[in-house]
Amino acid sequence: MLNYVIKRVGIAIPTMLILIILSFLLMHAAPGGPFTSDRPLPAQVLANIEAKYGLDQPLWRQMINYVWGVVTQFDFGPSFKYKDRTVNEIIAQGFPITLKYGFLSFIFAIGVGIPLGAIAAIRQNTWIDYLAVGVSIGAQVLPNFVMAPLLVIVFTLWLGWLPGGGWGGGSWEYLIMPVIALSTSYMASIARITRSSMLEVLNTNYIRTAKAKGLPTKTILLRHALKPSLLPVISYLGPAFVGLITGSVVIDIYFSTGGMGYFFVNSAMNRDYSVMMGITILVGFLTIMFSLVIDLLYAWVDPKIRY
Amino acid sequence: MSFLEVNNLNVEFDTADGKVRAVNNVNFSLEEGKTLAIVGESGSGKSQTVFAMMGLLAHNGTSVGSVKFDGNEILNLTGPELNLIRAEKMAMIFQDPMTSLNPYMRVSEQMAEVLTHHRGLSKSDAVKESVAMLDAVQIPEAKSRIRMYPHEFSGGMRQRVMIAMSLLCQPKLLIADEPTTALDVTVQAQIMKLLSDIQKEFGTAIILITHDLGVVAGNSDDTLVMYGGQVMEIGTTEQVYANPTHPYTQGLMSAVPRLDHDGTELTTIPGNPPNMMLLPEGCPFCPRCKFAKSECKTKVPELIFTGTSGSHYRACNVAVEELV
Repeated sequence: MLNYVIKRVGIAIPTMLILIILSFLLMHAAPGGPFTSDRPLPAQVLANIEAKYGLDQPLWRQMINYVWGVVTQFDFGPSFKYKDRTVNEIIAQGFPITLKYGFLSFIFAIGVGIPLGAIAAIRQNTWIDYLAVGVSIGAQVLPNFVMAPLLVIVFTLWLGWLPGGGWGGGSWEYLIMPVIALSTSYMASIARITRSSMLEVLNTNYIRTAKAKGLPTKTILLRHALKPSLLPVISYLGPAFVGLITGSVVIDIYFSTGGMGYFFVNSAMNRDYSVMMGITILVGFLTIMFSLVIDLLYAWVDPKIRY
Repeated sequence: MSFLEVNNLNVEFDTADGKVRAVNNVNFSLEEGKTLAIVGESGSGKSQTVFAMMGLLAHNGTSVGSVKFDGNEILNLTGPELNLIRAEKMAMIFQDPMTSLNPYMRVSEQMAEVLTHHRGLSKSDAVKESVAMLDAVQIPEAKSRIRMYPHEFSGGMRQRVMIAMSLLCQPKLLIADEPTTALDVTVQAQIMKLLSDIQKEFGTAIILITHDLGVVAGNSDDTLVMYGGQVMEIGTTEQVYANPTHPYTQGLMSAVPRLDHDGTELTTIPGNPPNMMLLPEGCPFCPRCKFAKSECKTKVPELIFTGTSGSHYRACNVAVEELV
């Protein structure tokens, strides 16, 4: 087990390096730069600015400097667009916001998705099942950029219950709509996966054995059926969790939460190399870590898996 | 009155393609401590007969008729009512020990829950009794092995675990649905020996479902031959073996390889088992029967006394004397 973890972390290091190099090269391969604009700067000014940020050096030199800074000092460099701010500061400001509403969305998605899918499976082909399937298909086909304005129309404009945007220090009334808009499609996927795997499990021989043992239905479902039904859900949760806590551009922009998704997209548009790299590395790191966590979780659930 | 009486049991499945009549008017009875073997090809309805008794039919299945067990009508009881009988009085072991145990739970948990639920024992007492039962079915080092997961056992050992688990509450009736089909021959013999030892020790009645006539011969008091969801012949195992009176039973018997007949080719019954959705109007065996008469196509034979000995019945339109 420990060996396995060490090995996985060992593999993660070159994976991260490759990720850094690839995204670095791809970004620089795109035409333009952080200081190109509609009204071109005088050549001398541009050269000075580029020299300040080290963009005049050859690409391999820039890359080595960058990786060196990241590895030795955990320094992702200064932002090219937001003067006087470092990438670390920007992440430190944006990430807690996305983390908060993302984590709540995650809890909401599993808290509603798993029971919804399970109930649909248990009551297969009844109106409860049809309703649950209907709800999850509806939630799946409504993208969050449709969800968000719909919620605002209803809860802000019509009912006037909730603020239409902003963060308000993360108090609950500012959280409700971002969380719902972000989590519904994840919730729907989780419900669908749970339903189909639960249906499969309920038809297995070992569930028949459990019935033959005279156990009450509740015991059969909770003790015998739930755990195996959740295996496919668990493998979905790893990427979903990272996707949620690193935020959503749509949510950040629509609700003006000030979260990381906003900076991510802006950095890509503005060629703000360092911000872009910093967020990419963060997402990459979280993805690798959580896929490891999911694999360990698997071993805990399924006794046949041993590392 | 016998301790188990099945009367006019019918099982039907509602499928997208139509109704499947899996079991048609099955009648049999069983005395305490005796063994009844139900024999038939795949799809003859033998498993569905006992699943109906245990309330384990698939959700699209319905059962009609009467099953009197230990003085009570148990067919179509509600789930909670059945749960008082399942494992407690009537237990079941299944065909495939590889998939019949929950792969995500330790054997100890799976066994102990039977006793904690039905007997109200504490977890540790339940595990203790489970270990004793594993000892009884000759699982070596039961005390440590009970902590393992099913995949850490071999097929034969898993079937022993299943048997031990089914016996925890000392049920009066044990239903064994092809308990040895998935196991190799030497293990088969051990499992059958184990079942008969258990019967002697606990006085359990057994319904043994199998398609292996060799397994039936030494291990049952009575034999019931099923085909197309109907009883073809029923009697004591001796009667049925020594004097098969139904063309289908005769066909089955001659299809068994025997050591005392050398050189001759194995006989088979020509044709295939019927499609249960399109059962013939008359005798289900008619299309494959070499003795079939014209009336066999239209008339469903009744199960009637053979007239030769005590409890031997047959369902055939052709008289015994004509079967030559």
